[in-house]
Amino acid sequence: MIPTLLRRLGQTLFVLFGVSVLVFAVFFATPGADPTARIAGRNASPQIMEKVRREYGFDRALPVQYMTMMKKLFITRDLASYADRGELVVPQIEQAAPVTACLVCGAAFIWVSASIIMGTLAAAFRDTWVDRTLMLAGLVGISIPVFWLGQVTNLITQSRYHDTWLFSWVPGLGYVPFSEDPGGWFRALVIPWVVLAVMFIGIYSRVLRADLVALAGEDFMRTARAKGLSPTRVMLRHGLRTALVTFVSLFGLDFAQLVGGGALLTEVVFGLPGVGRLTYRALTNLDLPVIMATVMYSAIFVVVANAVVDMVYLLLDPRVRDAR
Amino acid sequence: MPADPMPLLDVRNLCVSVPANGGMIRLVENVSFCVDEAEIVGLVGESGSGKSVTAMALMGLIDSPGVQVRGSARFRGQELVGMAPRALRALRGRDIAMIFQDPMTAFTPVYTIGWQIDEQIRAHERLSRRAARARTVQLLAEMGVPDPARTAQRYPHQLSGGLRQRAMIAMALSCNPTLLIADEPTTALDVTVQAQILELLRGLRHSHGSSVLLITHDMGVVAQTCARTLVLYSGRMAESGPTATLFARPAHPYTAALLDSIPPLYGPRPHRLPAIAGLPPTPRERPAGCAFGPRCAHVHATCLPAPPALASIGPGQQAACVLPAEGTPLPPRATAQATQP
Repeated sequence: MIPTLLRRLGQTLFVLFGVSVLVFAVFFATPGADPTARIAGRNASPQIMEKVRREYGFDRALPVQYMTMMKKLFITRDLASYADRGELVVPQIEQAAPVTACLVCGAAFIWVSASIIMGTLAAAFRDTWVDRTLMLAGLVGISIPVFWLGQVTNLITQSRYHDTWLFSWVPGLGYVPFSEDPGGWFRALVIPWVVLAVMFIGIYSRVLRADLVALAGEDFMRTARAKGLSPTRVMLRHGLRTALVTFVSLFGLDFAQLVGGGALLTEVVFGLPGVGRLTYRALTNLDLPVIMATVMYSAIFVVVANAVVDMVYLLLDPRVRDAR
Repeated sequence: MPADPMPLLDVRNLCVSVPANGGMIRLVENVSFCVDEAEIVGLVGESGSGKSVTAMALMGLIDSPGVQVRGSARFRGQELVGMAPRALRALRGRDIAMIFQDPMTAFTPVYTIGWQIDEQIRAHERLSRRAARARTVQLLAEMGVPDPARTAQRYPHQLSGGLRQRAMIAMALSCNPTLLIADEPTTALDVTVQAQILELLRGLRHSHGSSVLLITHDMGVVAQTCARTLVLYSGRMAESGPTATLFARPAHPYTAALLDSIPPLYGPRPHRLPAIAGLPPTPRERPAGCAFGPRCAHVHATCLPAPPALASIGPGQQAACVLPAEGTPLPPRATAQATQP
């Protein structure tokens, strides 16, 4: 198993290298566009243009430019955004990442637990009103756009009913770091967590139910029943445990893209200074260094998360363990 | 208990129907048979003849919506049909165990073989993990699994088909069941492994005192293994009787046709192996009279109005055919001796 893990790690590094080359190429090696002007921002003076050109080595060969860029991103970390008066990019991302991580991890916890409960219940009570109600609720969850749901909860909890006993505990929009005030951190995030989780609860519970229903026809489920196990044990220890393999692969991808900035809409709606909102701001300002850095960051996250999913796969499915 | 008058399993007029198109379709109709202590009974028929459905109904394993099981199946005097799920569950795996056709897919892929056998033992008996594992290893050894302690720690996909089927049988026997239902246990295996598994099943009578209900479509397997045989056709009983009698003097044309379709081991080879023309009817399109009528060489007017009732032919032999009663029984088979063990 150890060699497998090492090989997977090597592959991950290789993919990361490829991604960085691609991102670099898209932003700085596109023919017909001068990267200097794009980094310097709109209406830059010729002096700044000249400074940028030398700093980034745009007058030199492409590999040198690539190395300079990677050095500025990962080693000296002094990639600066000219559109934003020279603010350093990497610290901005370092500040934004924990916010996004907190938001996504909390939401992920909610959606995984809720969808496992809903999916399993629906499969156990297949074709009864329990099943139909849960799956209808899931469909409604999938259909509600997250920004709309966010705005409506804001409307209710922040203004319309904020003064009632029900929502008076809700703090204003924004983020409170965990290290400053754990209680405030929780209160600031609990509503964004639920709002972000709603759609995923819908998707995951429906996928899990479909998986469990398909598994119910499998031979090994019949064997489990023939052994005289209780229906609960058959469903949980044999059905759910086997269905988790698909569940985990789905989860890894969604989780990675959310941490990599996919929670943009939720972050913007709730005023959370996360990676998504950083990207959003950079896009509106055409702040090229920040855009590149966030793209790079999210690509790294998706690749790393995929590697983690593969490793969890090894733990979950003995067949995969032997196949490599 | 040598003088036990009551058979271990006494099935009478078992019917299984499922709803379809507003009506009920009978998958199994009025099947009756007995299994005595330490006896191997064969249940033979083509695919779709209701063999597996019969077994699943006995185990209470049919869970498709709206299914109706009627009739009676007494296991040691206890009625299985309509038994409370909890009571049936306690019986399942402990007193009646089942092994399935495809050992490739019958184990849960994410647990070790040993874990799954332990699970069954611990579901029925209060035993520590360690004690359960010790019994598991011992069972695997009894089933002829090499290096049982290590095999117990392996996952299903790491074992060959034959080993998996041995592990399956070990799991079925883990709580010393009095009745083992084996649903096509050798169909997915190659011939040499098949012979070993059948040998194992035959040995169970002596080693564990278990009765076996062997479901198969293979007349050769029946001849080698079963004391008595029940032939099903389209969910109905065609014929039943002691295997030797059945093979020597089949009373139902279907049984005779099945036997004719086995290539003879001795004597001249037929130019073309006789096959039964046509396909068995689906339960939905069963003809009004004898279900085998449309494919039968001896079909005539008396077969058509209603399905012939089971009639006693000789000692222990019954057939659902009008021919013996009309005084024109099928001739005894010349090659019968050749196919017997």
